[in-house]
Amino acid sequence: MSASTDTIDNFVASDYKYGFTTDIESESLEPGLNEDVIRFISAKKHEPEWLLEWRLKAFRHFEKMENPSWPHVKYPPVNFQEISYYSAPKKKGDGPKSLDEVDPKLLETYEKLGVPLHERARLAGVAVDAVFDSESIGTTFKEDLAKAGVIFCPISEAVREHPELVRKYIGTVVPYTDNYYSALNSAVFSDGSFVYIPKGTRCPMELSTYFRINAANTGQFERTLIVAEESSHVSYLEGCTAPMRDENQLHAAVVELVALDNAEIKYSTVQNWYPGDEEGRGGIYNFVTKRGMCKTNAKISWTQVETGSAITWKYPSVILKGDNSVGEFYSIALTNKAQQADTGTKMIHIGKNTRSTIISKGISAGRGQNSYRGLVQVGKKAVNARNFSQCDSLLIGNKCGAHTFPYIEAKNPTASIEHEATTSKIGEDQIFYCNQRGLETQDAVNMIVNGFCKEVFRELPMEFAVEAQKLLDVSLEGSVG
Amino acid sequence: MSSTAVIDWAKGAAHAFAGIKQRGISMLPFRHAGITRFQETGLPTTKDEDWRFTSLKPFIELPFEIMIESGSQTIDQSAIGDIAFSQHDTDRLVFVDGNISSELSQISEQSEGVIVSNLASASPAIENKIGNLSSEDQNPFIALNDAFFTDGAWIHIPANSTLSKPVHIVFLYTAIKAGQASHIRNLIIAETNAKGTIIESHITLGQAAASTNVVTETQLGDGSNIEHIKLQDQSSLAIHFASLHSKLGGNSCYAFHSFALGAQLSRNNLRMDLTKPGIECTLNGLYMTRSRQLADHHMIVNHAAPHCDSHEYFNGILDDQSRGVFHGRILVDSEAQKTDAKQTNKNLILSDNATVNSKPQLEIYADDVKCTHGATIGELDNEAIFYLRARGLDAQTARRMLMHGFTGEIVERIQQNDIRDELNELVWSRLENEHHLN
Repeated sequence: MSASTDTIDNFVASDYKYGFTTDIESESLEPGLNEDVIRFISAKKHEPEWLLEWRLKAFRHFEKMENPSWPHVKYPPVNFQEISYYSAPKKKGDGPKSLDEVDPKLLETYEKLGVPLHERARLAGVAVDAVFDSESIGTTFKEDLAKAGVIFCPISEAVREHPELVRKYIGTVVPYTDNYYSALNSAVFSDGSFVYIPKGTRCPMELSTYFRINAANTGQFERTLIVAEESSHVSYLEGCTAPMRDENQLHAAVVELVALDNAEIKYSTVQNWYPGDEEGRGGIYNFVTKRGMCKTNAKISWTQVETGSAITWKYPSVILKGDNSVGEFYSIALTNKAQQADTGTKMIHIGKNTRSTIISKGISAGRGQNSYRGLVQVGKKAVNARNFSQCDSLLIGNKCGAHTFPYIEAKNPTASIEHEATTSKIGEDQIFYCNQRGLETQDAVNMIVNGFCKEVFRELPMEFAVEAQKLLDVSLEGSVG
Repeated sequence: MSSTAVIDWAKGAAHAFAGIKQRGISMLPFRHAGITRFQETGLPTTKDEDWRFTSLKPFIELPFEIMIESGSQTIDQSAIGDIAFSQHDTDRLVFVDGNISSELSQISEQSEGVIVSNLASASPAIENKIGNLSSEDQNPFIALNDAFFTDGAWIHIPANSTLSKPVHIVFLYTAIKAGQASHIRNLIIAETNAKGTIIESHITLGQAAASTNVVTETQLGDGSNIEHIKLQDQSSLAIHFASLHSKLGGNSCYAFHSFALGAQLSRNNLRMDLTKPGIECTLNGLYMTRSRQLADHHMIVNHAAPHCDSHEYFNGILDDQSRGVFHGRILVDSEAQKTDAKQTNKNLILSDNATVNSKPQLEIYADDVKCTHGATIGELDNEAIFYLRARGLDAQTARRMLMHGFTGEIVERIQQNDIRDELNELVWSRLENEHHLN
């Protein structure tokens, strides 16, 4: 507890400490969305013809689709013509060859965000890919990883260096026809990370991507693809922040995970985009499609801590196609101020003996609206499929809302599905008990919230767990009067 | 349903409207409003979220012929004797194809002011009370019912009065042509501190793929206590649409039990409005389906006042290629502090081809509440079977015992003793005879 008590003192003054902007010369595309923009992005990245074709197909499909209205969130319509689809720090000549040549201002930015990119300063054991607006500015520990045969690089680089791998897997888990924002992302995606773990390899260190939106009026459309070959293992972390601005910015990412036979992928997210102010002005619209495909005996585990964004709309899912495969989803979603979140997961049981676990913890404070929306589907052939879901909501104050919309579908008599949900508030007697023992009310709330989320924190990699805990405390700052 | 099909269907409905006009002039504006609303919305499709898992195809494929008069089949008292609960001491209101049958009905002396009768006999005096609770609802079947209802029960219990006996409302259907449709409207008003038990049975006597559309409005005064048991046991060809709208007074207690055993397609919309403090509302149901049956329960419990309790318990047993659909939404307004809401939906699948779709939902805007929901789908618990076998029961007996417990959970919430016992036996004999228990 001492760690979180410290942070309270540190952050009393400011509630979003990542809200600064980096003053850097950048090269941005004029706002607007049309085929020329897509051709420009594709050319900028020196992409092969097939990828451009694929982007254009996605764009044509996108134009036929309508913005979905089913999520339990309210926001003014997004004008896709007002967004710039490409923005990157200006490069000199061919651009930096290595991290040492990267603009020091950029390095400083990441330093300030707590993600130093100098390998010596960095925690050993975590390799970082830093994505700034539409471009990746550098990846650490590339050589060390290469020795193990692991490929970890920006996806635009992977398209050039390993086109056969990208072509084989991109769009196989999340096709561009999947939904409105996956179509948009497929058309205009700019950068993101690509991970390839060869057969039988255990990735020697944690992989991590840090996404930063800096430029105004831009959207970030990153695309991440992780392929774990047979019997391999990887743990991947993702973090995100953005400056404080009065206008809303769009972040529409697609993440695809492929876990082949006996492989295991662990994907953790700490999402801390700028959430907007008390009145709901500004903040990021976070509309993300994340999905993984499990082959025989494979396992995919999603862990997410969602504290930022004005609007979150995200359902990390697992398709349990192979027999004996396992899907897990651990989530903490916190909405404070005027934030709205509609998040959850889909577990699609197709193979025999497939198992899934869903633990979702929603915390609503201020005027926040928090919805869990999930699907557990057991197909006809999924003999002995097992699912356990638990969705708990915690309400702090009487202006917020907590909602649960699970969909459960079973077509097999041997399936066993359990779903539980509870909604509660922090009891006055609990606070009183803590006060009596000398804890401030805010500390007591933090302590109770951390206890409430314990099951999910336990799933996070260690450094992330500490950070996530602090983050929750900060985001709850001032929610108890 | 394609748009042209909707238009054709609506035309048929408009034609039928000409027939219902003879039922009295005073309700005409209400009926007109209903048909207009229906023409605007048309029938829902599986693209509508509320009808996502329930396709109306079996209904749409039928012709649509409104039944205004009862069928020609003569029904004698002995037919009534075969119906569940008929051996108990109850008052009986019998409707044949949506029209009262005074020969078959049997009403004893009631205490002063209590009315147990049919709507048509009381109009036009009570016409302004019809539709007060249901008309806001967007459900097109209510609009259709507004336009075409023929008759239904009218029960009024004045303040501080009690129904002397349970009232058994029997709806018999004698349709002989596919597509014949009965539209029934019930109105139940219980004033302050009124008490009573109401049983509603839906029984098919004919052999046609006919449809039923029932809308029931129940209005409970402060401190009233009503138990309402519904048994839907129609033929395997029948289509049953029902909509129950209840407005509950402060400190009132309302228990609704739904037993959906029959019909190829049945849909129960339950809408509970808890607008005053201290209400206790229980929705309790059991659906047992086989062959190609589909049973759908769709409920919204709206907690708009503090200190109310609501409990929803629905169990389903599904066999063959049948389908069970459950949608439960508990809505807790920011005013509704100290709400205690509980919702469970348990499903037992007996065959490889049955499907369950369950959507237990919570929408909560108040912080000092206790809301839980749970849903399970699966087969019988092997460990429980093992436990019983270890105590000397054979596998078959063990399974039956567990299954009996599964249905018993629901049945035992009925407070009326004799009715509960008879339902228990009825449910059990159905399971024994018609489902694949082993």
